[in-house]
Amino acid sequence: MKITLTVNGKKYQRDASETKNLLHFLREDLGLTGTKEGCGAGECGACTVIMNGKTVNSCLILAVEADGTDIKTIEGEAKNGKLSKLQVAFKKNHAVQCGFCTPGMIMSTRALLEANPKPTVEQIKQAIEGNFCRCTGYQQIIEAVQDASGQLKKKEGLKRA
Amino acid sequence: MLDNTPKKDLKYVGKDVERIDVVEKLTGQALYTADLEFAGMLHGKVLRSPHAKARIKKIDVSKAKKLVGVHAVLTGNDLDYRVGLYLVDKYILARDTIRHFGEAVAAVAAETPAIAQQALDLIEIEYEVLTPFLDPKQVFDKKAPLVHPDLGSYSYVEAVFTPVPGTNIANHTKLRKGNVEKGFKEADYVIEREYTNPNVQHVPMETHIAVGKWDTGDRITIHTSAQSPFTVRNLFAHSFKIPHCNIRVITPYLGGGFGGKAGIHLEPLCCCLSKLSGGRPVRIQATREEEFSLLPCRSGLIYNIKTGVKKNGKIVAQKMTMYWDAGAYADYAVNVTRASGFSASGPYEIENAWVDAYTVYTNKPFGTAYRGFGHVEFSWGMERHMNYVADTLGIDPLEFRKINALRPGSKTMTGEEVVTNTGSVTKCMDAVAKSINYGKLTAAELAREKKTGMKIGKSVVALQKAPAMPPFTGTVMILKLNEDGSVTGSHSLTDYGMGTYTSLAQMIADVLRWPIERIRLPIENDTDRDPYDWQTVASKGLLLSGNAAILAAKDLLDKCYDVAAQALRAQKCDLDHDAEKVFVRHHPKSHVTYKQMAVGYAYPNGNAICGPIIGIGRYIAQGLTNLDKETGQGNPALDWTFGAHGLIVEVCEKTGAFNIIKVASAYDIGQVINEGSVRGQAIGGMIQGLGTAMCEGYIYNDKGQLLNPSFTDNKIPTSLDIPEEIDCIAIETPQIDGPFGARGVGEHSMIAVCGALGNAIEKATGAVLTHMPIRQENVWKALQSRSGKKATAKATKPAKAVKAEKPAKSVKAEKPAKATKPAGRAKK
Repeated sequence: MKITLTVNGKKYQRDASETKNLLHFLREDLGLTGTKEGCGAGECGACTVIMNGKTVNSCLILAVEADGTDIKTIEGEAKNGKLSKLQVAFKKNHAVQCGFCTPGMIMSTRALLEANPKPTVEQIKQAIEGNFCRCTGYQQIIEAVQDASGQLKKKEGLKRA
Repeated sequence: MLDNTPKKDLKYVGKDVERIDVVEKLTGQALYTADLEFAGMLHGKVLRSPHAKARIKKIDVSKAKKLVGVHAVLTGNDLDYRVGLYLVDKYILARDTIRHFGEAVAAVAAETPAIAQQALDLIEIEYEVLTPFLDPKQVFDKKAPLVHPDLGSYSYVEAVFTPVPGTNIANHTKLRKGNVEKGFKEADYVIEREYTNPNVQHVPMETHIAVGKWDTGDRITIHTSAQSPFTVRNLFAHSFKIPHCNIRVITPYLGGGFGGKAGIHLEPLCCCLSKLSGGRPVRIQATREEEFSLLPCRSGLIYNIKTGVKKNGKIVAQKMTMYWDAGAYADYAVNVTRASGFSASGPYEIENAWVDAYTVYTNKPFGTAYRGFGHVEFSWGMERHMNYVADTLGIDPLEFRKINALRPGSKTMTGEEVVTNTGSVTKCMDAVAKSINYGKLTAAELAREKKTGMKIGKSVVALQKAPAMPPFTGTVMILKLNEDGSVTGSHSLTDYGMGTYTSLAQMIADVLRWPIERIRLPIENDTDRDPYDWQTVASKGLLLSGNAAILAAKDLLDKCYDVAAQALRAQKCDLDHDAEKVFVRHHPKSHVTYKQMAVGYAYPNGNAICGPIIGIGRYIAQGLTNLDKETGQGNPALDWTFGAHGLIVEVCEKTGAFNIIKVASAYDIGQVINEGSVRGQAIGGMIQGLGTAMCEGYIYNDKGQLLNPSFTDNKIPTSLDIPEEIDCIAIETPQIDGPFGARGVGEHSMIAVCGALGNAIEKATGAVLTHMPIRQENVWKALQSRSGKKATAKATKPAKAVKAEKPAKSVKAEKPAKATKPAGRAKK
C-alpha cells in the first residue's frame, strides 16, 4: 500500500507492506536507524517516536497506520548540526551510558517538555516509565530533564569523603 | 602506577568530564550492529527446543530446504564442532540430545526474516522427552540423570578447574584456610542457614546480534555485539581449527552487556550458515524472548553458610557450601564458581575457612558472567547471614561487621595480606551509616511511620570484589600522532556503556598535558586493526587499560622528546613540553611543535628524520598466581574494591508492599577519575541490583520449561521503582599500581544491595527472607510466618537455625530474646 507521511519535517512516499511495523519501516525503508528495537512487544520503549505530537511504541504501529501522520524521530532532535537544549542537558548530566535506550528516552522527554515545560520529578518519572534503561538507573536522566527545564538547582554530584 | 603528577596539575583526572561518545548516541548516529547493512545479507533464525531434556529421534528439514528464498538449513548433524570457554562442552546446534529449554536445534538463513521463519515452521522434529535434572542440590544422588555423560572426554583448563566425570559436577572449587574444625570447637555459637537465588537475565537493551561472513579460503569476518572481540576470535579459531589471522572480529557500538555478551554466542552459527550460503553475510538478531533461554543467563545459587562465632562477635570458623545451578553448559559458570568461591565470605576476615563450591550441570538455560560475577548472588546469602548471626549474638549488625571486617594486616580467604592501600571497607560502612542515620529513626521518619502506618527499617551491608581473570591478563594501548598534533588511540577494551574510554582519554590528556578534544579513542574495535586485550569484563579495564594508556602517552612523549632533542641539538633531560610543543626548558623559544614532528620532522632544506610517531603502552597484571587446587590459597586479586550500601525501607505489614526510601552507597575506588561516570556506575549498578532483589528471576515448571521469558512476566526496574533518595560516596585510598591510584567499580554497585533490602525489611517487620527475589508476595508470606510480632520473629529464628553443635544450649537460649532486638527499630 502506498503511504505518505512526514518524518522530521520531510515528506516521504513509499510502498509499505501491510505486515511491516513503523519501527522497521523507519529503519529499513527510510534508513533512519536511530530508533532502536529492544523487545518488539511494546514493553521497553526503545522504539519510541512522536506521532502527531504523542509518543508511541513504533513497534506496535503498522507502517500503513502511519499514513498521513507527522512523525518525529531522534534524527530530528538536533537542528543544523547543533544539539537541542534537551540533548545538551543529557550530555552534561551523564544521562547516557550504552546509548541504546537514549533515542526513545529523548523522544519521551521531548514530548513531556512540549506538553509540560516545568515537570515535577514525579511527572518526569511517569513520562519515562515506559522507557527501560538498564545502565543508568534513571537518576541522571531525571536530573537531565530537570536541567533542560531549568529546574536543577545545583548539579547533583558524587560526594568525595 | 600511582602517577606522581601533583593533583593541582590534573586538568581532567578526578573531574566531571562529559563522555567522549555521547554526541553520536544522543543523535541516533552511533551505529550498533543492527544498524549495519551488508550487500547480499541473509537473515538467520534459530529453531529452539520446547523441552528441557529430550532425545532428537528424527529431524526432517527437506521441506525447509525447498522453500524459495532459503539459502541454508543446518542441524546438529551438520556441525561436529564444540565450543567452550573453559570447558569445551557445547555443540553449536544440539546433536542427538537436548539439554535445556530454548536450546538451538536447527537454523536457517533466508533472504528475509519472514522466509526464514516460514522455513523454521517447515522443519519436522520428533523428540523423545526425557526426565530432566533440575535440582542442583541432588548433585550427589547417584541415580540422578547425567546432563553430560561424556564429561570425562571434554577438554578443559586443567590448571584451574576440576570437573568430576560420571557426575553433574562441571567444577569443584575448594578452599581450605586454617583449621575449620578446631575453629568450630572454639566457637561459642554455631549458626547455619541456607540462602537461594534463581536464574536472572542480564537484559542489555540491545539483544545479542552477529553478522558472520565465511569466505572461500576460510577467511572469516564477524560483526558482533560481543564485549570481547579477541575472545570471540580465539574461541572461534580453536573450535574450527582456523588460524587466528584468518578471523576478523569487529565490534561496533554496543548496547549494554553486563557479562551476557562476554563469551562467544551467535557468531559460530552465523558463520556456518554463511559458509553454506556461499559466503553471503548472515545476520542473527536475538529476539527478546531468545535472550532468556537461547542465550545465557545468570546461574542460580543455593548457598549454605555455617558460622562459628565467639560471644564477643569474632567469627572463628566458617564453612561455606555453594551449589551453582549452572544450567546445561559450563560457559563462565565454572569460573564464577572459582571467583566467588575465593571471596565467598564477603569483606570479612575468616581465620578458619572452608569452601566447597560446585558448578552443577542442570537441564536449564546455562549461566554465564553477569555483573558481579557470583558476588551478587553469594552476598545475598552472606549479608543476610551476617545480620542473622549478629542478631543471635545481640550485637548490632553494623558493629558485628566492623569487628570482622578485613583491615590492614588481615588475610583474605586465599591468604593474601591486606595492606593500607588495599582500601578500607570500614570507611565505606561508616560513610553510608552516617548518610542514612543508621541505628535510629529520625523525627521525620517516626512521623512518616505514623502517617503511613508502614514500618521503617534500616540496614548497612558491605561488599568486596577483585577482578576474576587469569593471572597473566594483559592489554595494550597504541597512540598514533596525527598531522595536526592530535592523537588517535587503538586498543581492544570495549566500552559498552561504562564510560571507560572517557576515563582513559582523561588520563592520556593529563599525561600529555593536551586538551582532551585532541584525543580520539574510536568506540569500534577490530581485531585486524587493534592490538590484543583479553576481555572487557571483571572491572579490570580501568586499571589495566589505564596503566597501558599512561605508558602509551609517556612513550609518545618520549619519542617526541627524541625528535626534539635531535632537532634542537639538546639533551632530553633539558626538555619539557606543553600542549603544543616540546621545548628547551631554559630557553623556551627553542622548540618543536607536535605538528612539525607528527609524520617525521623535516629541516628547512627538506632533510627529514625519525618518521611518524606512535606511542605504545603494554601492561600486564603483576604477581598474580593460579590458586592451589586443594587449598584455594594463592594470589588471585589484581585489586580489591570495597564498598557498602545503607538502605532505608518502609514496609506495609498488612500487604507486604514496600518502598525503598533511600540507598546510600560508598566505594573505596582509590582515585576518582570521572565523577559523573563513577556516579553513573554507582547508581546504575545499584538499581540493577535492586532489580535482582525486588522482582527479576526465572520461573520454571516442573518439566524445566521457562514460564516467564518476556518483559511482561520478568520485569526490570523502571523509573518508578528507584529509591526516593540516592547518595553516592567515593572513598579514595590510592591503589599503588592503579592508574593515578584508581581501581575499578563497574560491578561493585550491584553487589550486596539485595542483602541490604532483606535486612532492612527484617529490621522493620521481623519478616525473615532467605530467597531472592523479594517480591511483595514473598514479604507477605514471611510476615504471615511470624507467629506474633517482633518478639516471636526473634524467638523462632534461633530455635530453627542455631545449631547447638557444642556449646551449652542454655547460653544460646537466653541470649536471643534480648539480643536479636532489631537495632533499626530502637526508638530514641
